[in-house]
Amino acid sequence: MLACGQKAFAAGAIETLMDIFIQQLVNGITLGAVYAVVALGYTMVYGIIQLINFAHGELVMIGAMVAFTLIGVLTPLGVPALPAVLVATLCAMTACALLGYAMERLAYRPLRRAPRLAPLISAIGVSIILQHLALLVWSRNPLAFPQIVKTESFALAGATITNIQIGIIVISVAMMLGLAWLVYRTRLGIAMRATSQNAQMAALLGVDANQVIALTFIIGAALAAVAGVMVGSYYGIAHYTMGSALGLKAFCAAVLGGIGNIPGAMLGGVLLGLVEALGAGYIGDFTDNVFGSNYQDVFAFMVLILVLVFRPSGLLGERVGDRA
Amino acid sequence: MKRSVVLHHANLCTLAAVGVLTLAGCGEDPKPAPPPPPPSIEIKIGHVAPLTGGIAHLGKDNENGARMALEEANAANIKIDGKDARFVMLAEDDQADPKVGTTVAQKLIDAKVAGVVGHLNSGTTIPASSVYNGANIPMISGSATNPQLTEQGFKGVFRVMGRDDQQGPAIASYLAANSKPKLVAIIDDATAYGEGLANEVEKYFKGANIRVLPREKGDDKRSDWKAVLTKIKGRNPDAVFYGGMDATGGPLLKQARELNIKAVFSFGDGGCSDKMIELAGTAAEGMLCSQAGLPPAAASKKFLDAYKARFKVDPILYSPFTYDAMQALIAAMKGANSADPAKYLPVMQKLEFNGATGHIAFDEKGDRKDAEMSIFQVKEGKLEPIAIIKNGQTVSFADFMAQANPAPAAAPAAADATQAAQPAKAAPAPDAAKK
Amino acid sequence: MVLVALALLALPFALAGAGTTWVRVTNLAILFILLSLGLNIVVGFAGLLDLGYIAFYAVGAYVYALLASPHFGIHWPFWVILPLGALVAALFGALLGAPTLKLRGDYLAIVTLGFGEIVRIFLNNLGSPVNITNGPRGIARIDAIRIGELSFARTDSFLGLDFSGPIKYYFLLLAMLVAVIFINLRLQNSRIGRAWEAVREDEIAARAMGIDTTRIKLLAFAMGASFAGVAGGMFAAIQGFISPESFVLVESVMVLSMVVLGGMGNIWGVILGALLLSFVPELLRYTVQPLQQYFFGRMLIDPEVIRMLIFGFALVLVMSFRPGGLWPSAVRKRELAARSEDPA
Repeated sequence: MLACGQKAFAAGAIETLMDIFIQQLVNGITLGAVYAVVALGYTMVYGIIQLINFAHGELVMIGAMVAFTLIGVLTPLGVPALPAVLVATLCAMTACALLGYAMERLAYRPLRRAPRLAPLISAIGVSIILQHLALLVWSRNPLAFPQIVKTESFALAGATITNIQIGIIVISVAMMLGLAWLVYRTRLGIAMRATSQNAQMAALLGVDANQVIALTFIIGAALAAVAGVMVGSYYGIAHYTMGSALGLKAFCAAVLGGIGNIPGAMLGGVLLGLVEALGAGYIGDFTDNVFGSNYQDVFAFMVLILVLVFRPSGLLGERVGDRA
Repeated sequence: MKRSVVLHHANLCTLAAVGVLTLAGCGEDPKPAPPPPPPSIEIKIGHVAPLTGGIAHLGKDNENGARMALEEANAANIKIDGKDARFVMLAEDDQADPKVGTTVAQKLIDAKVAGVVGHLNSGTTIPASSVYNGANIPMISGSATNPQLTEQGFKGVFRVMGRDDQQGPAIASYLAANSKPKLVAIIDDATAYGEGLANEVEKYFKGANIRVLPREKGDDKRSDWKAVLTKIKGRNPDAVFYGGMDATGGPLLKQARELNIKAVFSFGDGGCSDKMIELAGTAAEGMLCSQAGLPPAAASKKFLDAYKARFKVDPILYSPFTYDAMQALIAAMKGANSADPAKYLPVMQKLEFNGATGHIAFDEKGDRKDAEMSIFQVKEGKLEPIAIIKNGQTVSFADFMAQANPAPAAAPAAADATQAAQPAKAAPAPDAAKK
Repeated sequence: MVLVALALLALPFALAGAGTTWVRVTNLAILFILLSLGLNIVVGFAGLLDLGYIAFYAVGAYVYALLASPHFGIHWPFWVILPLGALVAALFGALLGAPTLKLRGDYLAIVTLGFGEIVRIFLNNLGSPVNITNGPRGIARIDAIRIGELSFARTDSFLGLDFSGPIKYYFLLLAMLVAVIFINLRLQNSRIGRAWEAVREDEIAARAMGIDTTRIKLLAFAMGASFAGVAGGMFAAIQGFISPESFVLVESVMVLSMVVLGGMGNIWGVILGALLLSFVPELLRYTVQPLQQYFFGRMLIDPEVIRMLIFGFALVLVMSFRPGGLWPSAVRKRELAARSEDPA
C-alpha cells in the first residue's frame, strides 16, 4: 500500500512536493500574521493590567462590520477601491478605539482592585453584549465582505500568493514595528512599561496610570479593527460570531509567545499559524491517515502545552511569580 | 429561605401563565379581527430552531417558512370540528444546544401544543424527539437529515427533508456520471450533518470503484481552508465534495480557486444557497450542489414570491421545507377534523400532497417517501436546476419540466382545497390562501 | 432545616403544576450546581484557574453513554457506571494536572482550555477509523436509569402523586446534591481543605510548611473532575442522547461564571450563582416577549437577543458592584476590605 503511494508521488514529479511545502509556509505565515496582530491587543492589555480581555475578539468583529458597512456606502458613491478601503479602515479603527475606551472605562476600571477573576467574568459579559448588539445591527447572516480590491495571484517559488496575502503580511509587520517603536522609544511607551511593572511606583513618579491604561486599550482596539478588515477581505466573509474563534486562537498565540511581551505575540502568532498549516498539511501523511486534518487544532494545542510545560512563561516571557 | 423559594415559584407560574396568554392574544401583527360569532378553537403549534448563535439566520428562515404556512392556513378559514380554527405558532429558540432543545420541547408540551415543526439541527432534534414522543405529540422536522432520527422507532416523528443516505448518493451519482472523476477528495466540517453527508458520498464513490483521498476535515467555524486545500492540490483530484454549510463552504471555494485548484467542486444542500454564491464570488461559477426535494422553480414559484412579499427577504435554505412541514401538520388536522394528536396522527401517516418542495408522503418510519433530489449548477452567478434524481433515475431538468407540464403543484392542489376532509389527499394551504 | 427539606421535597410537584418544563430546568440547574461545586474545588479552594472543566463532564457523559446504550450493545446498571464515570474523570483530572503543576495563573488557564478542546475534538473524531464515539452524530437511545423494576423513563403513581420521569430524576439529583454539599463542607475544613487554601494563598509558603503541593494540587484536579464525571453520567441518562456539541468551551465558561458570580470559595455562594445563571435565562424566555408586547405593542427586538443582552449586562454589573461575587467567602471578604483600606 505504502509502496504504491510512493510510486504515485514519483510520477507526479518531485518539485510538486517542494511547491506544496512552500505553499503551506505562505498559508501559515499569512494566517500567523493575522493571529499576531490580534495577539498584540491581548498582550498589551495583559501586560499592563494582567487582564485577559476576552472581548478583544469581538473588537475584531466590530472592526470588520464597520468597514463592511462603509465600503458598502462608499463604493456606490463612486469612490475608488483603495481610498474606500482606507477610509473604511480608519473609521473602523476610530469606532473600535472608542469602544475599547468605553469598555475599559465602564467594565474594567471599576474592577481594578477586585479579585483577579472578576474582570475575566466582566470581559465575558462584554463579549456577549457586543456580539448581540452586532447581531441587532448587522443581522444574523454571514455577510459577503465586499471584494473591491481585485484578487491577483503571483507565483512565488512554485507557490501562489495573492496581493491580499502580501498586503496582510506587509501591514502586520508595519504595525508590529510601529507598536514596538511606540512601546520602546516614546514617552508613552516608557509610561506603559512603568505602569505594567509597578503601577503604584509609576503613579508616584507622575505617570497618570488611568490615562496610560485607557490609551493601551485604545491602541489595542485600533489594531483589532485593522485585523478585522484584513480578515474580512482575506476570507471574504464577516459574521457576528467571527470574533470568538479568532480571539481564542490569538490568545493562544499571545500565551505561546509569552503573554505581556510584544515580540512574543508576533513570534507566537506566526508560529501558531505555521503549526496549524503544517499540521493540517502533514499529520495525515506522517500517521498513515489515522490522524488527519481533523486533529489540526489538537496538534496546535499540543504544541502550546508542550512549550508551556518546558517554558512555563512562554517562549519570550519572563518568569513571573503571580498567583491565580 | 423556604418561603422565599415557594413564593418565587408561585410568581413564576403566574408569569408563565401571563406569558402564554399574552402571546396567544397578540402574537400576530395587528390584522382585522375575524368575525366573532361562530365558535372558534385555538390550535397551538410549536416551532423550534436556533435563533441565537452561529446559525441563527437559518433558524429565523425556518421560522419564517413555518409562520407563512400558518398564516395562510389562518387566512383560509379552516374549520375543524365545526369550529373556526385559529392556528397560533409558539416560536422557540433552542440555541442549537441539545440541552436547551429538550427544555424547550418540554415547554411546548406544557403549553399544550398540538404538534411541533422543528428542530433545525439533528443534534437537537433527536433528544427533543424522545421528549415529544413521551407526551405523544407529533413532530416534523424541515431540516434534520441524520438517519438516526427516524430509526428510533417513534410513531410521531416525521421529516420532509431527505435523509443523508438519500441525498449523498444523489449528488455523488450525478458527479460520477457527468464529470467521470478518477480521484475524488472529500472534505467535511466535522458536524453531524457535514460528516454524515460526506460519509454517504464516500460510500457511493467507493462502491463505484472511484478512488477517494483520505478525508479532510475542518470545523463549522473555519474560514481558513488554505492548508487543507493545499494538501489536496498536491494530490490533484478531479472532483472535490464538501459536506458543510454555505458560511464555511463559500470561503473554501474562494480559496480553492485562489490556489488554482481546477477540480469540480460539489456540495450538499447546506452549500446550495444564494449565500454560497455571494460568499464565493466568481469562484462559484460551475460548482454543483444538491437539494432534497424539487427546486422551488419547479414546485412552487408561488412560495418564493409569497415569502419575499411577506418577509422582505429571500428565503435562505430550509424555509420551503418548514413551510411544507407546517402545511403537513395542518393538513393532517384538517383531514382528521381534529387537533388531537391521537386522531390526526394516522391521517398524517397517510398524507399526500404537493408542497413547495414537491410531492410529499411519508413512509412507515416517518421519512419522506421517494423524495426527489435536485442537482443545481451555478451558471453566470445563479443557481440553475440541471437534473432531478428519483429512485436512482437521473432526468435532466428540461426533460423533467417537459414531462411534468403543466406544473405539478398548481392544478390538483387548487381543486383539492375545496374539499374539506380527505385523508388520502389533504389539501395544501398555499393555494387555498387567496380564497 | 426541616422546613427547607420539606420544601425541597414538595418543590417538583409545585413546579409540575406550573409545567414540567420547570422540573426539567430545575434538574439541569442541579446538574450545574454539581458542576460548579466541582469546579469550585479547583478554582475556589485550590486557586487553580481551569477553563477546560467541561471536558470531565464530557468524559462522564460518554462513559455512561458507551456502557448503557445500543451503540456497543452494553447495558450496565447505573450504579456501576456512575462511580466508574467519576473514576475515569478523576483519572483525566490527574492526567491534566500532572504536566501543568509548574504553571501558574493564566498559563494554567490556557493549558486547561487547550485540554478541554482536545478532549472534545477527540470525541468528535473517534467515529473513524474505529467507531468508538460515533463522532459528531452522537450516541442516541441511552438507557434511562432504572432501579430494579422502577424505570426513570415512565410515569408512576405513588401515594396519589404522579411521579413523571423528570420528577424521579429530581429526587435522585437532589440526593446526590445533598451528598456533594456534605462532602464539600467536610472537605473545606479538613486537613486537605486547609492545605488547598494554603496553596491558593501562597504556594511557596505552603511548601515551606511541609505541604506536598504536587499531591495536593493533583488531588484538587481529580476531586473536581470526579464530580463533573458523575454530573455528566446523569446528563447522559436524562437526555438520552449526547454529542460533542454539548461540551464546547462556552459551557466551561458558563460554569466558571457561575462559580465567580456566586462567590468563589463559598459553597452557598456557588450554589446561588449556579441557580441564578440557570434560571434567569429561562425566566427571561417567559417574560421578555409579553413585556415588549405590553410596552410597545409589538416585537421590536427578538426576545432571544434581549435575553443574551441582559445576561451580558448582568455579568458586567454584578462584577462591578460585587467583585467578590454575590455571596463571597469570608476570606475574600476580608481581602476585599483590606484592599479598599489600602488605596494603591
